[in-house]
Amino acid sequence: MKRAELKQRKLDATSARVEGMTLPAGAAWAEALRQDALSRLLAMGLPQGRDEYWRWTRPDTLNADAPKPATVFDAKEAPVFSGIDRLKIVFVDGVFDAEASDALDGENLEIMRLSDALSADIHWVKDAYGVQEKKAQDPVERPFATLNTAFATDGVVIRATGKVAKPVSLIYLHRNETSDAILHHVIRVEEGADLTVLENGPAAARFNKVMEVEVSDKAAFHHVRAQGRDHERRAVTHVFATIGQEALFKSFTMTANGVLTRNEVVLDIQGDDSMAHVAGAALGDGDFHHDDTVFITHDAERCESRQVFKKVLRNGAKGVFQGKILVKAGAQKTDGYQISQGLLLDGDSQFLAKPELEIYADDVACSHGSTVGAIDDEALFYLRSRGVPTAEATDLLTLAFLAEAIEEIEDEAIAEDILHRLEGWLTRRRAG
Amino acid sequence: MLEIKNLHVKLEEEDKQILKGVDLKVGEGEVHAIMGPNGSGKSTTSYVLSGRDGYEVTEGEVLLDGENILELEPEERAAAGLFLAFQYPVEIPGVGNMTFLRTAVNAQRKARGEEELSATDFLKEIRAKAKSLQIDAEMLKRPVNVGFSGGEKKRNEILQMAMLEPKLCILDETDSGLDVDAMKLVSEGVNALRDGKRSFIVITHYQRLLDHIKPDVVHIMSNGRIIKSGGPELALEVENNGYADLLAEVEQA
Repeated sequence: MKRAELKQRKLDATSARVEGMTLPAGAAWAEALRQDALSRLLAMGLPQGRDEYWRWTRPDTLNADAPKPATVFDAKEAPVFSGIDRLKIVFVDGVFDAEASDALDGENLEIMRLSDALSADIHWVKDAYGVQEKKAQDPVERPFATLNTAFATDGVVIRATGKVAKPVSLIYLHRNETSDAILHHVIRVEEGADLTVLENGPAAARFNKVMEVEVSDKAAFHHVRAQGRDHERRAVTHVFATIGQEALFKSFTMTANGVLTRNEVVLDIQGDDSMAHVAGAALGDGDFHHDDTVFITHDAERCESRQVFKKVLRNGAKGVFQGKILVKAGAQKTDGYQISQGLLLDGDSQFLAKPELEIYADDVACSHGSTVGAIDDEALFYLRSRGVPTAEATDLLTLAFLAEAIEEIEDEAIAEDILHRLEGWLTRRRAG
Repeated sequence: MLEIKNLHVKLEEEDKQILKGVDLKVGEGEVHAIMGPNGSGKSTTSYVLSGRDGYEVTEGEVLLDGENILELEPEERAAAGLFLAFQYPVEIPGVGNMTFLRTAVNAQRKARGEEELSATDFLKEIRAKAKSLQIDAEMLKRPVNVGFSGGEKKRNEILQMAMLEPKLCILDETDSGLDVDAMKLVSEGVNALRDGKRSFIVITHYQRLLDHIKPDVVHIMSNGRIIKSGGPELALEVENNGYADLLAEVEQA
């Protein structure tokens, strides 16, 4: 009885939340998809603190009618990826900015604004928008992604038909202190194609983003994102991907600052002999709260998956990791690896981890580890005995702690850029 | 150069006195060997000199060129010219050997108000010094001491010593875990650094290291004190007769 009451309260709150929102217009098929998403959302309800999947991350500010204001950070140095030759697509507070963006084309590349794609009749988009999001609701509900499918106002649709030379760079600027942005991207990497997508910027005071990626057979998809700076921002993001045969999927996220970041990654490995890697390096202090929630399904033979998540926490910061590897019956010779580690730079910080393995095949190698600890005293003394001052030595060891995650970035220039940002963050903290 | 006066040290965590009045004077360019049975306080002396946590100095002082270094942080002692070659060099995954050395060299230069070494100059210097210690480029790229053999670790210590150019080097059982060839190589590395000004304290159990690194003075340590000092012949005496006779001799006196 109590359970039913709670559920009802949750559904009532969800109805109230979406009451003032209107579904964006588009082609009939798109409007039907959005309507379907809304119905699904109203049936499951937005998460509440009691939900198992949200036990360690409070969803209430994400549920509130209006976002909490977030101060716009005025960075002095050039943003990340500035030195990388790339195709820039700019969103300001969640709205596409054509003037600031490059022309939406390139060799082996088709790019369209989401609203245009959902008003047209593009067969592959029809089969893709919201499809993975819907499928990923089982066995765990992900209502914010459903909310996104229903109400996303902007985004891009990208199709790579061959090797794309320049990375496609999605830049999310934040100018308005109370902006509430919902973006949805749909990406298809065709057979044998190769695409890199970069993402950076705080985006909005409150940001809900979904990226659905289809990596076809023999295709490669690289994703590197940097969520940074504006500390008061709140973000809930989902990356959904299906991975074909002999395909490669790699995603890395750097997060520095942010009072609430929840990054969910849901991967479905469907083709044999593929590789899927997800990694993250997060650092923050004070009321920093960072949550990585990952779900990888192996549904094919001889595939490798890796999850490498590292969090540096200080002065009361909180890090969360929920990671699961599901190996379905028949997914023989699966090689799954998962590591999540928290480095606590003081006694006030917290790292909470829930690693899970669920295996139904009998010939697999899966390993997982989760650790939490402080800077190694022995190593620190060794460095100091060579003349490196404590603060500098601590930074060096902190970067060493993050190294395994950063190594997951394949492109050297991009990895170097990310490393500089992390160094910069540590140096600034030391100075401040 | 270095003067240890009546040094008393106890463990911070427990009420256990380790050093009970160590006196030692090392002059410029001299090589002093400290020998002694297990648990006599040799390694503790090296740790206390380098500023490791966990020890409490209850009495005495340590002067390096007239300055009491016991008040200094480990990094300040290093910048002042003190170097400890560890008995068990620490592995640091994720930090490249080269990065580590460059950071250390430049941190010391900065602390002394000197200009930092440029990347090119550093590279030139380290390549030359690594070559003479038979440390290949691959070892320089690898994370500090990770996956190094015992001999490689010790050679890496000597490389650091060569790059940091300290005034006083303390070698804590550098010969432990080394085969004859590796010991020779390490000793040659140490001898190459003897320039008449740089001083050394060589802590060892065995005389054989002292065949390669010839000491000016040999000290025998026991139960937290230096009980006997003499020339190189003292080491030979230990080698032949063990410590028992020496200890008995002191007890009786």
